[in-house]
Amino acid sequence: MAEPRVVVIGAGPAGIRAAQALVAAGLRPAVVDEGLCSGGQIYRRQPANFKRPYEALYGFEAKKARAVHTTFDDLSNAIDYHPETLAWNLSGNTLHLVRNDIADTLDFDALILATGATDRLLPLRGWTLPGCYSLGASQIALKAQACAIGERVVFLGTGPLLYLISYQYAQAGVDVAAVLDTSPFSGQIGALPVMASRPSMLAKGLYYRAQLTARRIPVHTSVIPLQIEGETSVSGVRFRTGKGKEQQLVADAVGMGFHLRSETQLADLAHCEFDFDEELAQWAPVADVDGRSSVPGVYLAGDGARILGADSAEITGELAALAVLSDLERPVSGQRVQKLRQGRERMERFRRGLAMAFPWPAFLARGVEYDVLLCRCEAISAGELRSSASQCGAPELNRAKALIRVGMGRCQGRYCGHAAAEVLADMRGESLRDVGRLRGQGPVKPLSCNTRMKVSK
Amino acid sequence: MLGRFVRVAEQDRPTVELEVDGSPCQALEGDTLLVAVLSQRNTLRQSEFGDGDRAGFCLMGACQDCWVWTPTGERLRACTTQVSAGLRVMTHPPGEDVWPNLA
Amino acid sequence: MTGPGNNKATDVIVVGGGIMGASTAFFLRKRGHSVRLIERGLVGQQASGVNFGNIRRQGRNLVQLPLSNRARGIWERLPELVGENCEYLCTGQLRVSYDAEGAEDLETYARDAREHGLDLEILGPEALRQRYAWLGPDIVLGSLAPQDGHANPRLTGPAFGRAALKAGAIIEENTEVLAVEKTGDDFEVQIVGGDRFRAPAVLLATGAWAGPVAARFGEPVPMVSRGPHMGVTEPVPYRIKPSVGVKTRVPGETVYLRQVERGNIVFGGGMRNEVDLEAIRVYPKPEYTLHQLPLLQRVLPGIEKLRIIRVWSGIEGYMPDDQPVMGPSGKLPGLYYAFGFSGAGFQIGPGVGDVMAELIATGATSTPIEAFDIRRFAATA
Repeated sequence: MAEPRVVVIGAGPAGIRAAQALVAAGLRPAVVDEGLCSGGQIYRRQPANFKRPYEALYGFEAKKARAVHTTFDDLSNAIDYHPETLAWNLSGNTLHLVRNDIADTLDFDALILATGATDRLLPLRGWTLPGCYSLGASQIALKAQACAIGERVVFLGTGPLLYLISYQYAQAGVDVAAVLDTSPFSGQIGALPVMASRPSMLAKGLYYRAQLTARRIPVHTSVIPLQIEGETSVSGVRFRTGKGKEQQLVADAVGMGFHLRSETQLADLAHCEFDFDEELAQWAPVADVDGRSSVPGVYLAGDGARILGADSAEITGELAALAVLSDLERPVSGQRVQKLRQGRERMERFRRGLAMAFPWPAFLARGVEYDVLLCRCEAISAGELRSSASQCGAPELNRAKALIRVGMGRCQGRYCGHAAAEVLADMRGESLRDVGRLRGQGPVKPLSCNTRMKVSK
Repeated sequence: MLGRFVRVAEQDRPTVELEVDGSPCQALEGDTLLVAVLSQRNTLRQSEFGDGDRAGFCLMGACQDCWVWTPTGERLRACTTQVSAGLRVMTHPPGEDVWPNLA
Repeated sequence: MTGPGNNKATDVIVVGGGIMGASTAFFLRKRGHSVRLIERGLVGQQASGVNFGNIRRQGRNLVQLPLSNRARGIWERLPELVGENCEYLCTGQLRVSYDAEGAEDLETYARDAREHGLDLEILGPEALRQRYAWLGPDIVLGSLAPQDGHANPRLTGPAFGRAALKAGAIIEENTEVLAVEKTGDDFEVQIVGGDRFRAPAVLLATGAWAGPVAARFGEPVPMVSRGPHMGVTEPVPYRIKPSVGVKTRVPGETVYLRQVERGNIVFGGGMRNEVDLEAIRVYPKPEYTLHQLPLLQRVLPGIEKLRIIRVWSGIEGYMPDDQPVMGPSGKLPGLYYAFGFSGAGFQIGPGVGDVMAELIATGATSTPIEAFDIRRFAATA
């Protein structure tokens, strides 16, 4: 039998650990990654001519980041690495790649999708103003470019990243005007026992928070964000405190995000079945505990499968690789699989705690005012979606997209899809499940009209 | 205001000369185009639909809100483009001589 | 969508809520007939909603031109009829060719079409370059239909559905028809869930899915199902006004594009996708997108600077002679067909509705449709 062709998409912690396990079993996997260099988002590397040490870049995670990077670097002769390469489409067992406008194909027997996540956003008046960025963007600016997104920054949203990034900015000497968390403090206290499944993670979260307090950075919980202010550029944030008092902050930048959402376009194009996850309040590709999707030969790992975080991504990356090996009838240590599954279960418990502590504020998305832009790409307001859906009839999201173009732009609904679903569900008095999800369409990201097929293979 | 982004470290890098809207713009080696432009200016591009300027959003090649033009009509995604000497970009769409007619 | 009242008997039952069925329902109401439209999914969702959006008469087989002319009048009155213009732009349609054969075809067509009320302007290379500086250098001849244009297919079918509803039609969406049977003078249409509806007349307008039903009535047709390969670029300044298509005898070289007012360039052509009729799905092949790119660049070199942001396909029924099946059944009085529009049904859609309503209501139509009669397949099938 010919050597099985295994392709890993993504070179973050999940993809790297998957590749490592495949190489350890004697295979030579291909690793396709959009990044200039490996590491993914959370362990994103700085450019080669930057000099900050790991400790400065990754803090408590320096050791893990170094381990993940070193692992990948050590694999360089044992894998076929395709950096700066977009897997733009997929058809049957053929993956379509493009790099610098040169297209190529890659056939596979097994495909591991470790495509990661992006910030989960909801619209807020003023969120398209220059100066407003996602939380992820705020971190990338700092980590990969040694820049702050502004001189005086407000961080707004909810989730563990909110505190981590606020802390990182403060640590870098940036003026953090305030941290505005939409989740109630009581929920965070209530979730503590659940989150105790990962004591070190919990301790880090508490540490970031204590550091913010020590630096006298105001942290507000139960916040209702009202508006990002500014004429042509961010000049401040208006919000209501948990106690109902309206406040205004002066700032030239805002970092906002409400936890993460999975990148699932390729899973969709691979015809993977999706199901609505009530706990995550999002659609996710169906997968078994080891990462087998509903499509034979397609495996899911890391945050692209389920938002469980970077540590979990290392586990599920390896698990998916072991599932591939096992399905290829290669020897796999049952003990190792057992251990990984247990680790994953611990991550699941912690995630439940996080969901309790930092709930997705659906009410904010549902309450978005008529004239606020919902879809950044196509500049479609929440009101346009509402009136089109009520006048023209849109029982589900794809119909709304067809009628009013919400989610139809360059980003294909990555940044408006969740809020659009909430608005539509609210309008129809239905659940998120009922209004469905935006179907993925190729290309995964914009494809140059000058793309040419590679001449010789 | 001189620029939107504030450099907090790694400033001892060689400089790279760019041109933004016809004016010189000094960047540092290793900058992304987005960072290079926004460390000198306030915005990157205009929304196609008349709702104002944009300055990127996700910085990870996902939101597609940082596509800029070059004077010859090329499109560049600023957050995933590395700066190189002599790179010329525009924060507004080109005239008819460049799109749809080839420059 | 649902309708007023729930009477089980109507004058007409329309099966299939594409642009053909929806506009027929609308025009039947205009003539005072009671009508029930039954649609498996949502109105205007399949071929009607995913096609290129050409509002073109130019290039149609000459026998379609009377119908196409009638449709044109309806497109012009869209806001008055259905309350919105569905992004219809009468900005002209330009067909171009790269070689003598294509040029000859364009000139012959222009000569012949004039007799059918379609005036085309033939443009030589100089005139083309002067008027449309963005055209590729290979183009040797152009034929402009100034009164053609384009519209948004995603909006049009639903707009006719809503207009029909407003005019009093009963519209049943997400309703699957199980069986259509002639019982006595009437037809009985049974839907999933058990309900039965009666009408003396039935229009079968179920697009690519019409074949088996027609066969059950003893009128099989050699229809093939395919999915057009479509795509759209990012939005850029709106500067390309006419819809543009390539006239060529080379198979697979046809390509067409149009820029919408918001700036995106919609395109299609090249290859057609395999479809899954049962699952109602078609997955556009990535290879076909790559195949289209050089074709697009040859017409519009400037497009090489832009990016494609989305591709799609849909399910269309193609007849071997590229003519639709449209008109009365040859076997059963009261049964009518309108399907198999062979990838060219969008512009004529509202005309088809108007003609079918006239035919069903009066027994005849002033527009010649004999060439589309299902009986043309009786000998072969």
